[in-house]
Amino acid sequence: MISAIAFYVFAAILLASACMVITARNPVHSVLFLILAFINAAALFVLAGAEFLAMVLVIVYVGAVAVLFLFVVMMLDVDFAALREGFQRYAPLGLTIGFILMVEIGLTAVNWTIAPAAHLAALVPTPEHLANTNAIGNLIYTRYMFAFELVALLLLVAMVGAIVLTHTDRRGPRRQNIHSQHDRTIAQTLTMVNMKLGDGSRQITPAATKAEPDKETAQ
Amino acid sequence: MATGFFATDFGILILTLLKSLALIVPLLIGVAYLTYAERKVLAAVQLRKGPNVTGPFGLWQPFADAIKMLFKETIIPDGSNRYLFLFAPVITFGLAIIAWAVIPVNDHWAIANINVGMLYLFAISSLGVYGVIIAGWASNSKFAFLGAMRSAAQMVSYEVSIGLVILSVLVCTGSLNLNAIVLAQRHIWFAIPLLPMLVVFFISGLAETNRAPFDLPEGESEIVAGFFVEYSAMSFALFFLGEYANMILMSGMTTILFLGGWLSPIPFVPFTWVPGPIWFILKVAVCLFVFLWVRATLPRFRYDQLMQLGWKVFLPLSLGWLVLTASVLEIFGWLPHA
Amino acid sequence: MQPSLMNYFPILVFLGIAGLIGAAFVIGSLLVARQNPYGEKLSAYECGFEPFGDARRKFDVRYYLVAILFIIFDVEVAFLFPWAVSLSHIGMLGFWSMMGFLAILVVGFIYEWRKGALDWE
Repeated sequence: MISAIAFYVFAAILLASACMVITARNPVHSVLFLILAFINAAALFVLAGAEFLAMVLVIVYVGAVAVLFLFVVMMLDVDFAALREGFQRYAPLGLTIGFILMVEIGLTAVNWTIAPAAHLAALVPTPEHLANTNAIGNLIYTRYMFAFELVALLLLVAMVGAIVLTHTDRRGPRRQNIHSQHDRTIAQTLTMVNMKLGDGSRQITPAATKAEPDKETAQ
Repeated sequence: MATGFFATDFGILILTLLKSLALIVPLLIGVAYLTYAERKVLAAVQLRKGPNVTGPFGLWQPFADAIKMLFKETIIPDGSNRYLFLFAPVITFGLAIIAWAVIPVNDHWAIANINVGMLYLFAISSLGVYGVIIAGWASNSKFAFLGAMRSAAQMVSYEVSIGLVILSVLVCTGSLNLNAIVLAQRHIWFAIPLLPMLVVFFISGLAETNRAPFDLPEGESEIVAGFFVEYSAMSFALFFLGEYANMILMSGMTTILFLGGWLSPIPFVPFTWVPGPIWFILKVAVCLFVFLWVRATLPRFRYDQLMQLGWKVFLPLSLGWLVLTASVLEIFGWLPHA
Repeated sequence: MQPSLMNYFPILVFLGIAGLIGAAFVIGSLLVARQNPYGEKLSAYECGFEPFGDARRKFDVRYYLVAILFIIFDVEVAFLFPWAVSLSHIGMLGFWSMMGFLAILVVGFIYEWRKGALDWE
């Protein structure tokens, strides 16, 4: 009984927060509602017995993708008033496109036939005494190896693309070279000067006043 | 499973509630006394006395602080998002608490003994960044925002190496269940074969919990208090408690992954009689002491050094060690048959 | 209730308890303490200066880059989890398919290292 109640509660929150994603005025709120929707979807996955998928959904989508979303909407300081200005003008066009899309989806849904083989596949249960994660692991790296390697290529493209788009090479003077700092010897940096008595008060050469490296202490 | 009343749905609810409280209440007391322990340890390192006025040895200090915080005014700054502002500390605190649902303090004592326990902990720790980002953004203050962004980038960077370290343990256990991970260490603690990973994990844990020497998000000498500069009263206290609860959680994870959980360190008779939870608590306490010791000893990192350490040292190191571990197990046929 | 779901139920209970404690702290403090807000007190802290401009502003693009790279490595870690637990079942083929996966990603990692995308100043 508890699982039935839990299902309806999670599903209701999921749908409500999904609606809030598109209706919230502040885009940061939209992203936060999106996160809530993700978490509820994960809970539904758990209820369906897909533990691994639930956790990966939280780790990848909530823990990583949504963080990027938040970064973007928080820091791009989009002018929301200007965005909303065009609403009146574009509303008819948007409604038309939305209507066409809905008709198309409706047509697809009406003509939808589920392949007879798929019906059988759905009935194959997870093998007994085999945790969800193991069941997935036993398949993707061997049977679906080709697709798996393609994922690696996809990630590589994403990585390179992100760097090409965002990285600007700036070789400033402030770059630290830890090796050269560690390799330097006393002879290279410190010169001992013999001062006559009383000389120090008259002339102070810059070379003689090497400050000690600051030792900042954690409070 | 119990019979009678506790087998009904309502009975299960009551039983779970009682069990949860039996874990959460000691945990909260532990958090309170960790703040006390920190002040005492720091004082000892700096040849001071630390809190010693309220109660014997200053033992009532945490409660005095809590009561003081409760009676302070909650300041909600101008132009902030009022609800998000108040919600952020609850997130930080709540995440640190709910992670404990899966931690086994003794054999099969975990309140939620789920199959994917380790993934759950990883997922919860990856959510920790939200409390910080939301706090920084909702405050509508430049310092808070700066601190939050730094903190987010920092937590995210060390998340990857934490994941890879966890994986090198998982390769040795073949199970995501925390109970099974501890039991796999009956013969040898993973701290010994995977010692470099223990070090990487612990240091990443310091960065993940925003502790010294990685406490740049707070950085009181440059951005005052970072993401919680605008917070006061109990919402501030919640951030504080969340940070300390996270420290205990990190120590608990270190104990489970590397230090044999509740297993006795010395496998002879008088030591094996000592109940598991006591060993668990002792090991966690040792880890916590190292947290405090590090804070008392090391100066704060610079931001570029912090990012460099995370991406250029820990990431390749933990990935390389994972591949090495897997290869050794594969070649010698030592893989666990779970 | 199914036995596997039984194990998740305490998490829900924990969530409830944690939420209650957190909310009780915040609301309790709001109710108990005397609230006396005024403009000066509520203004954002800026070292004594009058707050100027919007706090939420454009940021260095490198923060976005870190977030994107994190997503990629997080996906990699997510793929490694099932591999780590079922390594004993999938044999040499499974082992080498993951090595291939990692090799491709290491190429990307070396690229970003050489490009200086991991450098901060």
